[in-house]
Amino acid sequence: MSLTPHAQTARWIRPLATLLCVLAVPCCTSSRGKESERGGVVLAGSTSIQPFAEQWAEAYHGGRVTVQAGGSTAGIKAAHDGTADFGMSSRELHASEAEGLVQTVVARDGIAVIVHASNPIHQLSLAQLRAIYNGEISNWRALGGDDAPITVITREEGSGTRDTFQEIVMGARVEIASNALVTAYSGGLRKMVAEDRHAIGYVTFSQLDNRVHAIALDGILPTEVTIASRAYRLQRPFLFLTRGAATGSAAAFLTFVLSIEGQAIARAEGLAPVSAP
Amino acid sequence: MSKRLPDRVAARILLGAASSAIAILALITVFIFREGLPVIIDRGPLSFIAGMRWAPSQGEYGLLPMIAGSAVVTAGALLLGLPLGIACAITLAEMAPPRARTVLKPTIELLAGIPSVVYGFIGMEVLVPFIRENPAFGGAGYSALAASVILAVMVLPTIVGISIDAIEAVPHSFREGSRALGATQWQTIAGVVLPAARSGIVAGVILGIGRAVGETMAVIMVAGNSVRMPHSLLDPVRTLTANIALEMGYASGAHAQALFATGIVLFIISLALNELAGRARRRRRVTQTVPEPTLTTAETRAELLGGDNAPPLGREHFA
Repeated sequence: MSLTPHAQTARWIRPLATLLCVLAVPCCTSSRGKESERGGVVLAGSTSIQPFAEQWAEAYHGGRVTVQAGGSTAGIKAAHDGTADFGMSSRELHASEAEGLVQTVVARDGIAVIVHASNPIHQLSLAQLRAIYNGEISNWRALGGDDAPITVITREEGSGTRDTFQEIVMGARVEIASNALVTAYSGGLRKMVAEDRHAIGYVTFSQLDNRVHAIALDGILPTEVTIASRAYRLQRPFLFLTRGAATGSAAAFLTFVLSIEGQAIARAEGLAPVSAP
Repeated sequence: MSKRLPDRVAARILLGAASSAIAILALITVFIFREGLPVIIDRGPLSFIAGMRWAPSQGEYGLLPMIAGSAVVTAGALLLGLPLGIACAITLAEMAPPRARTVLKPTIELLAGIPSVVYGFIGMEVLVPFIRENPAFGGAGYSALAASVILAVMVLPTIVGISIDAIEAVPHSFREGSRALGATQWQTIAGVVLPAARSGIVAGVILGIGRAVGETMAVIMVAGNSVRMPHSLLDPVRTLTANIALEMGYASGAHAQALFATGIVLFIISLALNELAGRARRRRRVTQTVPEPTLTTAETRAELLGGDNAPPLGREHFA
């Protein structure tokens, strides 16, 4: 008995087809469960706040808290639409965005200007920093340091850290020089500064470590105290936004975040606490 | 002869599975064009492609620095990788003893299996400091040069693999004829084998270019990513792929559309390169139609190995 080509093919086609069908069934059904799981407090927005919000959510015992990241703009929109209990924004709101929203500062995040640990420069004025990032000052010698070109490192367009830096240091009209190196990662930027003796960059305060040192801006070093008191100017608020005052389980969560315990979590993670109202 | 029902059903199911791959490609194409075209039309294709400034926060989207960046690092990678790759392929296909081949060829193919982030990391840890500290180079180290060197290594497997297959597909009788006429081994390789394998090698090189243009992660890690026309190999550059990967995190609105539009430019470059590689390969059939009995098998082998086995282009564009 000899098998026809078709019969030979069928030998493996049929098990294979069966397998495909079996695999397809759970794929179709598994996505259904999620929708019904909603409930509890939903936070949405800034990717900068997300890791801290997750810490708060984990420590909170008053119910389920879900954190969704999507950027500050999405967070503001979510607060307006009511698709989340809290919208999270890591930047100040424009007047048009702020309308109808209650803003609660839940922590403050400093942005530290960092240089290599061996760099003799320890302080700069905002104007000097602007000139460095604008390319007007391109050698450390002009600032009293080594005779070496400055390696300027910045974050990518769209990054909240860059937006804050642009707004507070550069202002509306001065641009960051196009020859500045660009990276999309805070940790990567710190590594680049830690390895290049002539580099300068900026990272969120929690990223500071002893491989780099922070620059005092206009004489003020970024510390938890100077950031909390707003004396250190290069900083941004972490905002929780609600349409009207928070109520019910959302209000309970907000109370927890602003409590001593909640603020201690923020401090442990490198944020500056908000002073109790 | 009528097929039995289960066979027909099975065939249908498999056909459906196969066409889903094409459907996905179609969906991706439609999606990036739908997302990206509005901003191109809005700003004008010329100012988008030939614009010198990329400042999304000010609504300026000029891709020329990124196009130049991709071109520079790719050219640099070829400059370094091409001689190495071809030399490698000639050695392995024509000269190396079989035992060396069995070790070397899989080793080179293994290079393709190393994740690109590993290449990038090695580049960051070794190459960038080397360029920065070496007085002959200088600068910040993050540069077109660093990206070119990394990419040169990354395109090696593509160039070597396809070139070896093309060289091996040259009928043995060509070599015998050449040697019979008194040519040395080198004369045979340079005068007979390489010209006969040329179209296959060209296809390999073009696919290598595609690999270099499409590479993202390794380039982001070492190229510096400044949006500026590079003036020297030591300048930092941003490539098209890096542009998307760097800024996709927070982009919204027109900025996100502009990144999709960057994807369209990459898509077109990819298609063009694939088409070029395909043409180069097809040309071989014409150049090698010599009536000789062993040729048919050699030709078939060339098609099997060098022809349709080529790695897909641009699969990492949106990774």
